[in-house]
Amino acid sequence: MKIRKNIAISENGFIFNPLTGDSFSINETGVAILQQLKDGVKSEDIVIFMMNEYEIDKHSAEKDLTDYLSMLKSYQLTENE
Amino acid sequence: MKPHYESPFIQKLNAGMLNKFGSRTEYIPVKHIDNVPVAELMDTFGSPLFVISEKTIRQTYQKALKTFKMRYPKVQFAWSYKTNYLDAVCRVFHQEGSWAEVVSRFEYEKAIHNGVPGNLIVFNGPDKSKEDLKLAVANGSLIHIDHFDELYMLIELMEQIKDKTARVAIRVNMDTGVYPQWDRFGFNYESGQAYNAITKIIAQEKLQLEGLHCHIGTYMLTANAYAVAARKLCELAASFQNATGNSIKYLDMGGGFCSSNTLKGSYLQGIDIVPTFDDYAEAITNTILQFGFKPNELPLLILETGRALIDNAGYVLGTVLATKRLSNNRRATISDIGVNILFTSFWYNHRISPAQDFTHHAEETALYGPLCMNIDCLRESIVLPLLKKGDHIVVHEVGAYNMTQWMQFITLRPNVVMIDMNGKPHLIRKSETLDTIVENEIVPEHLL
Repeated sequence: MKIRKNIAISENGFIFNPLTGDSFSINETGVAILQQLKDGVKSEDIVIFMMNEYEIDKHSAEKDLTDYLSMLKSYQLTENE
Repeated sequence: MKPHYESPFIQKLNAGMLNKFGSRTEYIPVKHIDNVPVAELMDTFGSPLFVISEKTIRQTYQKALKTFKMRYPKVQFAWSYKTNYLDAVCRVFHQEGSWAEVVSRFEYEKAIHNGVPGNLIVFNGPDKSKEDLKLAVANGSLIHIDHFDELYMLIELMEQIKDKTARVAIRVNMDTGVYPQWDRFGFNYESGQAYNAITKIIAQEKLQLEGLHCHIGTYMLTANAYAVAARKLCELAASFQNATGNSIKYLDMGGGFCSSNTLKGSYLQGIDIVPTFDDYAEAITNTILQFGFKPNELPLLILETGRALIDNAGYVLGTVLATKRLSNNRRATISDIGVNILFTSFWYNHRISPAQDFTHHAEETALYGPLCMNIDCLRESIVLPLLKKGDHIVVHEVGAYNMTQWMQFITLRPNVVMIDMNGKPHLIRKSETLDTIVENEIVPEHLL
């Protein structure tokens, strides 16, 4: 999944979508994952990234990432693939 | 050491939009109850778990008693068994000086089992059999007559009992200016039914009318209704005195005082709108004091307060089983606390706090229980910090009615602990097992 190129992400968890004019707030984990997505990292590797960065097991990381990606998609923050 | 993990979270910002469900209310986790760590309680006694604070019960009781006693010389609380009849809870109230108020043979026997002398038991309720009445008469209990059938049954019974009188009161229902009017208990005041019952009792040698009782409603949001009720009971007491020359010994104002829980559909939080003990006491005692009783004939004021004395002493602790998304992308959280054990979630928006640290992020979630039933919803909408599987939650003010109205349904009822005055938890009701349920079942021989 890719994040739209024109999405603005601030370090303190503020997102702006110029396409829709919507603003969002995200937490620290959300920012870190979004940054990975922007860098083109694949989902499987993001799970490994999460496990390396935080105290979390693989299944929980996968479940949370799936949920997060579905929310990004529903807010139209992702590119059509 | 790796940083604390919080599930990734994104929330659309709607500047200027009001949230009809209200904003976030929990800012600090509830990690302790009476200085006992919540996590430790759950490790030892399991999840879900009911926790009762003995300290809170005693403090609330003493506060309520003081509030009435500073205004009126003769006050007596009678613990409403149906509100919470766990033996340990009842015994705390009895130790504090409370009588027992019961509404069935089962509750009556529980009060006796808890060491309450028969003459300090108030026997209410519409269902008293001849045997129940016989027992109550023998023990000198206060029998609160609910209907004419009961009155005539008691008259018949007393014809067979020698050398005993029955100590009775009538239950009176009335218009106190609130809706809905509770008119199913007792005899109606306005129609003259209550006075007819009194007249009938006066004519009986073996019935001694000691008191007048009312139970005007539940969760009464206006203290003034009690002033109206007290006035009407005083009028009846005066009529009785005019007719017999005897005075009524007690007025029992029943229950119905609010706890600070928030009713569903209420715009404001319960704590902001419910009357205080002072408000109720002022309304009731002013009315009786100003009615014109002679100082030596002031009736004893009995109160059957249940909810307002126990609700804030009870908690239920639970664990998050799962989080998921609903079809409209709303967050849903599933906990192990079901409506079968938290009956009051049908009419309250209970306050719910996380029991571990959290960040400033919060999201709106539907909070469900573990039952495979669509009705198993604790909160349709609540703004909570981000929760994940395994996190603990604390539901507040669950001391009233849950531990009596709970159901063994789909799953078993959990442990109940009481934290004593020194901060030591005691198991006061064991969780159920399969044996608890099947021991009363009988399988016919051909199915064995």
